[in-house]
Amino acid sequence: MSTELEAILGKPWKKQPFIQRRWLRWVLVAGFVAYLIAAFMTIEINWSRVYEGLERGKQFVLAFTSPDFSSRSGDIWDGMIESIIMTVASSVVGIAISIPIALGAARNVAPLPIYMICRGIIAVSRALQEIIVAILLVAIFGFGPLAGFLTLSFATIGFLSKLLAEDIESMDRVQAEAIKASGAKWMQWINYGVQPQVMPRLIGLSMYRLDINFRESAILGLVGAGGIGATLNTAFDRYEYDTAAAILLIIIIIVMALEYLSGLIRARVQ
Amino acid sequence: MLRLEKLVKTYKTGDQALKAVDLEIPEGQVLALIGPSGAGKSTLIRCINRLVEPTSGKVYLAGTELTGLSAGALRKERRRMGMIFQEYALVERLTVMENVLSGRLGYVGFWRSFLRKFPQSDVDEAFRLLDRVGLAHMADKRADELSGGQRQRVGICRALIQNPALLLVDEPTASLDPKTSRQIMRLICELCKERGLAAIINIHDVALAQMFVQRVIGLRFGAVEFDGPPDGLTPDVLTTIYGEEDWEATIEKVDDEEIDDTIEAAQ
Amino acid sequence: MPVQDYNDQKLWQRRTGRESLFHWVLWLTGVAIFAYCWQQISDATTWFFVWDAPRIANDIWTRATPPKWEYFTQLGKPIWDTLNIATLGTIIALVLAVPVAFAAARNTTPSRFLVRPIALLIIVATRSINSLIWALLLIAIIGPGVFAGVVAIAIRSIGFCAKLLYEAIEEIDETQVEAITATGASRWQIMAYGIVPQILPAFAGIAVFRWDINIRESTVLGLVGAGGIGLQLSSSLNVLAWPQVSLILLVILLAVVISEWVSAKVRGAII
Repeated sequence: MSTELEAILGKPWKKQPFIQRRWLRWVLVAGFVAYLIAAFMTIEINWSRVYEGLERGKQFVLAFTSPDFSSRSGDIWDGMIESIIMTVASSVVGIAISIPIALGAARNVAPLPIYMICRGIIAVSRALQEIIVAILLVAIFGFGPLAGFLTLSFATIGFLSKLLAEDIESMDRVQAEAIKASGAKWMQWINYGVQPQVMPRLIGLSMYRLDINFRESAILGLVGAGGIGATLNTAFDRYEYDTAAAILLIIIIIVMALEYLSGLIRARVQ
Repeated sequence: MLRLEKLVKTYKTGDQALKAVDLEIPEGQVLALIGPSGAGKSTLIRCINRLVEPTSGKVYLAGTELTGLSAGALRKERRRMGMIFQEYALVERLTVMENVLSGRLGYVGFWRSFLRKFPQSDVDEAFRLLDRVGLAHMADKRADELSGGQRQRVGICRALIQNPALLLVDEPTASLDPKTSRQIMRLICELCKERGLAAIINIHDVALAQMFVQRVIGLRFGAVEFDGPPDGLTPDVLTTIYGEEDWEATIEKVDDEEIDDTIEAAQ
Repeated sequence: MPVQDYNDQKLWQRRTGRESLFHWVLWLTGVAIFAYCWQQISDATTWFFVWDAPRIANDIWTRATPPKWEYFTQLGKPIWDTLNIATLGTIIALVLAVPVAFAAARNTTPSRFLVRPIALLIIVATRSINSLIWALLLIAIIGPGVFAGVVAIAIRSIGFCAKLLYEAIEEIDETQVEAITATGASRWQIMAYGIVPQILPAFAGIAVFRWDINIRESTVLGLVGAGGIGLQLSSSLNVLAWPQVSLILLVILLAVVISEWVSAKVRGAII
């Protein structure tokens, strides 16, 4: 038996901790616990109100077993159609604008000044949430689906351009160079060298964004930017849980259908 | 000590991986299982510890029938069968020590294992085994930092710390270079001799099998085609197992004394 | 076939006649749908306001600048609330998402025909509905306040986290699990030694990623009355106090940038 082994035998073994420095570990744990306590202390929970609410919560859950599609069918229909229209239009416009911006935001395609501008646009679009943009656009353009359409288009640009630009940046250089070596013009180079490589991802992302846009369109109505949100809000305000349940069910079903569809399409293009 | 009776495995797809295999292995015998890919070698050893559930037939380990056991009793019996895998199958994100100690999971309760509070005797045994395979200094390294040969050594330690009576070894050298392959095979066979373990070694390298084991089983289409000493593997026999090919070059005795010396020196 | 014989010459086309027809019809339908959608939006719009928009935008801009900096002193508590909504909501969601994810993953679910569909239903239902709608619903049930916000964020995040987590579980290396099983480990031990180490990095990544998103979402929950800085935004908008609005928007923007930075740093440290 080696002396090395003899030295270890009989000694307890402990897993080395993830954070090696003992003080740092303690500071992190203590800080987190302190934060949790402070956070719980400052949340005011009105338990009697919550207790009263349980009854209404039960009613709402029960409403899902008997959703009421009929008594406000007109409002639901109009709202849904408006949501879908906003979704489709904003996705088309958003994707169309995203493509040039994505090309501009890919460092291996665009020169530095254009790169900076496009990255700036993406950063602004991503930092502003849909609902805040919608509030501002409603203030500027008035109530109605136009504000919602513009909001979603704007949000699509930030989302799609960023992911697409990342895909372009990570594409295979050799294929693109081969096209360039054949003497292709810039547009031809994009068309033959870049487009085939990023097309499957573009289609996949577009479908995903369509899905997100629909989900977002359901809340824009809360601030007056059109869509089903307004109807839903009214239903909650009047405690018409069966109508609310019906609307939520429709949203869930459409989202599921969209996910299924996008799965099919993605499987086909890849 | 291990006895298989009419072991049959038919997969859901209809493929019959094992056709009524009968086999008996005495105490302390090291046995090589050869055969072409898809002959059912992996299925056979997985049917023994029931990682793959056999369709019919019986497996006896030292008189206990494994095939009829409940989940809890099966876990107790699995402790007596150490398993070594082709791609090492270490839990990559755990340390070497945790991987070795995971061989004791069948012996300790959930909370002890969850909190990594293994009995001192287990820890000592783990260090002894790691020292035996030359990896004691690596105990606190993460498994994915190790080379292939080192990982397989850790895999061997994990199997041995179970204190098994039988080793099930699935293609231990398939992912290793020729030299490391020999070292690993030698290590396994030495350890079996030291501890008096029986072992079933799945291996596709016939020459390597001949070099180290006492008995060879040839499997073809899920049936035993050959059962005998390594010398019995004539070109005719290999042709029945694998199909037509020039076998003379494979069977030539490889003189590996030189390589042995270099290995000893390296260790 | 793309290559056709035409007067003894080989003629190469990218698509066959039928294929190109199909493509044309597809494009035409797409354009028609878009035109219809645009028509509908246009009909529902008062174009007079739109032509007037530059003037209004300019008007809002002049009113909103400069931001009312001294209002910041009143934003301390709302910012703290917003942080709490996001953090506590994320923690609760993670605790609930773990069992759902294990139930939904094909390789760990206790029952494919009973438990898995239920888990998938929970995932799709909580994911499809925006946190603002959850907040609306919870306010109707348990009343306005920070608590409703926490619960809304938690519910919305369950599906998101569980989906990413169960995909990670389905991608684990099965041989490692097999090896642990072969040692005679119990069901829970297999989970703790074979599965958990493999999904831990993914779990940490998902947690931080969702926390980042939740910071964004919790800043606006107040618009429907679920506490946080959105409450101040909403009341400032109601009285058209534009200098306050602009300050709040700046604060929100800052919070989003900081949370994204923190999340990127933490994810970098883990992976």
